[in-house]
Amino acid sequence: MAEVEETLKRIQNHKGVIGTMVVNAEGIPIRTTLDNSTTVQYAGLLHQLTMKAKSTVRDIDPQNDLTFLRIRSKKHEVMVAPEVPLIPCNRKCSSPL
Amino acid sequence: MEIVYVYVKNRSEFGKQCNFSDRQAELSIDIPPNPELMEQFVIRDPVDTGIQCSYDMSEHEVNTERFEMETRGINHLEGGWPKDVNPQELEQTIRFRKKVEKDENYINAIMQLGYVMEHCIKQNNAIDIYGEYFDEEDEVEVSDEVLSAKTINVFRDPHEIKRTATHLSWHPDANRKLAVAYSCLDFQRADVNMSYDSFIWDLENPNKPELILKPSSPLVTLEYNPKDSHVLIGGCYNGQIACWDTRKGSLVAELSTIEFSHRDPVFGALWLQSKTGTECFSASTDGQVMWWDIRKMNEPTEVLIMDVSRKGVLENALGAISLEFEPTMPTKFMVGTEQGVVISCNRKAKTIAEKIVCTFSGHHGPIYALQRNPFYPKNFLTVGDWTARIWSEESRESCIMWTKYHMAYVTDGAWSPQRPAVFFTTKMDGTVDIWDFVFKQSDPALSLKVCDEALFSLKVQDNGCFLACGSRLGTVTLLEVSPGLCTLQRNEKNAASSIFERETRREKILEARHREMRLKEKGKTEVREEEGEGEVKINQEELLALTEKEFFDIINSETKRKGATLKKAGSKRDDEDGKSLNEEDEIEYNERQEEAEEPAKE
Repeated sequence: MAEVEETLKRIQNHKGVIGTMVVNAEGIPIRTTLDNSTTVQYAGLLHQLTMKAKSTVRDIDPQNDLTFLRIRSKKHEVMVAPEVPLIPCNRKCSSPL
Repeated sequence: MEIVYVYVKNRSEFGKQCNFSDRQAELSIDIPPNPELMEQFVIRDPVDTGIQCSYDMSEHEVNTERFEMETRGINHLEGGWPKDVNPQELEQTIRFRKKVEKDENYINAIMQLGYVMEHCIKQNNAIDIYGEYFDEEDEVEVSDEVLSAKTINVFRDPHEIKRTATHLSWHPDANRKLAVAYSCLDFQRADVNMSYDSFIWDLENPNKPELILKPSSPLVTLEYNPKDSHVLIGGCYNGQIACWDTRKGSLVAELSTIEFSHRDPVFGALWLQSKTGTECFSASTDGQVMWWDIRKMNEPTEVLIMDVSRKGVLENALGAISLEFEPTMPTKFMVGTEQGVVISCNRKAKTIAEKIVCTFSGHHGPIYALQRNPFYPKNFLTVGDWTARIWSEESRESCIMWTKYHMAYVTDGAWSPQRPAVFFTTKMDGTVDIWDFVFKQSDPALSLKVCDEALFSLKVQDNGCFLACGSRLGTVTLLEVSPGLCTLQRNEKNAASSIFERETRREKILEARHREMRLKEKGKTEVREEEGEGEVKINQEELLALTEKEFFDIINSETKRKGATLKKAGSKRDDEDGKSLNEEDEIEYNERQEEAEEPAKE
């Protein structure tokens, strides 16, 4: 529990990070550092976009999966780390949510 | 065999209502089967029947219409909460969140994702990928680029009877819309069924105009208000001025009364610079320029008659075909006339005589286009007869630069808003010429054949990249020119201004020389009485004889070349020649010859 807090805090304190948000599979924001309306907006929109991106990657190659999604815009960059995918890697993997 | 049933009814009972009653069934007729008839038939064996063991299918044709798609967004509000949690209740949501956070999977997932996320953030922070490197070297060398222009889109007049696209106006803000005025300028040759409509086209949709403007008479000219992009002013063929508001629809919002309008088609209508943004002025071939306020269109606020003798007499007035107004010089404006004279006027002058400041003559035919250079407003471009000419306000006798005489009449011209040395012209053979006099003075830099019929109007978009030209059959073609023609070149401003100055100086010197010659001639005629006039006279006579001889030589060679038909013309010219054998004119004639040679050398 404490590690979670620490991780989130560490991410938030990086240079250039405006806000952090944790969203569950149903699109409900669990943790957020932004205000409510923004959070809800981002949660809903990004959830759908991530699903779409994930299915796209899967469609192109069924063995493949989405690991990270970055959206660069004129003003900011939105970075989405979707649920942990099942890929053989030499980092520690955990079971998917 | 007819089956009939006869019944009897009293006459008194006719028309009586029917009282139906039940009664037993009665056999009316009974035809028993006749076995003898059977013998005429033969039982068929075997019997052929077609059977198909497959699905019944039918064929249909369907042609789908091009359907219109629209993208819409949905606003996402709170959702996804499980049924037992009420999203409005803060307590419940907090409780739910806490529950999720206690889950072990959650913790693992966060650690994992946190790691990934940090990696990317660190990447971002390590290098700024949007940094500007090599800032000093941002000069692009475009001198070797091949100039080109391509057609992007073509907008055709949807009506059966084609009308000329006489004027184009770009939308002031978005530049995604184009207003086109359609009318038939051939004298009295407009078809009775010709539609009066003019259109506003959206560049994305060339199949259907975005808005149809319905005046009471075809529009010759149409302009967007640069301050308010919903308002347009149009000049009609019958001399009225009409005003539209695109928010209100296709019908005319304001119309000037016919008694106070122009008596001839309105060829030019422009918006003026004013605080209210509602003032405009118009010019027509009846020789009048009228100022209007669109809030009160029943009569013009001011009228000026284009009388060069400055007396304000309508009979002497020159018909105006083009108008020019530069917002940076709000009190001055220029009028191009049918007689080939450009009149420069000052609106703020007190008397009529002072209103007309000066005239510039030099064209042989109507001046169809008149525009100041956006970078150097002292120089302006006029287009008429078979040439395009550039003038300077300081040199009033003649233009400072001119193109050669083309084979086809030049109908419209415009400067490029991005480059001071580039201008566009359209001709009656359907070509668009792009001139760049920093690059080449004798020929257009690029000449494109846009269509087979004559082109009548041209308008360049503010970014200098797109230009629209309208043709006789109402086809408006949208062209995009290559970037080399719409981006400002290095030193181009300096080069263009030095060219203008040099030419202006040359003209001034020539003018001064002319004046000297004329003064000298006047002086000579006075002195002749006193001094030995013999010598001077002999010289003059020799000169006369020489010139005459040359002239007749040229005439004779032409005549021999072209044959009998020109003999009459030749004899006409002889007569004229007889009139013009004045000493002064003779010397001027020589001067002009020299002048003509000079630009040819350049």
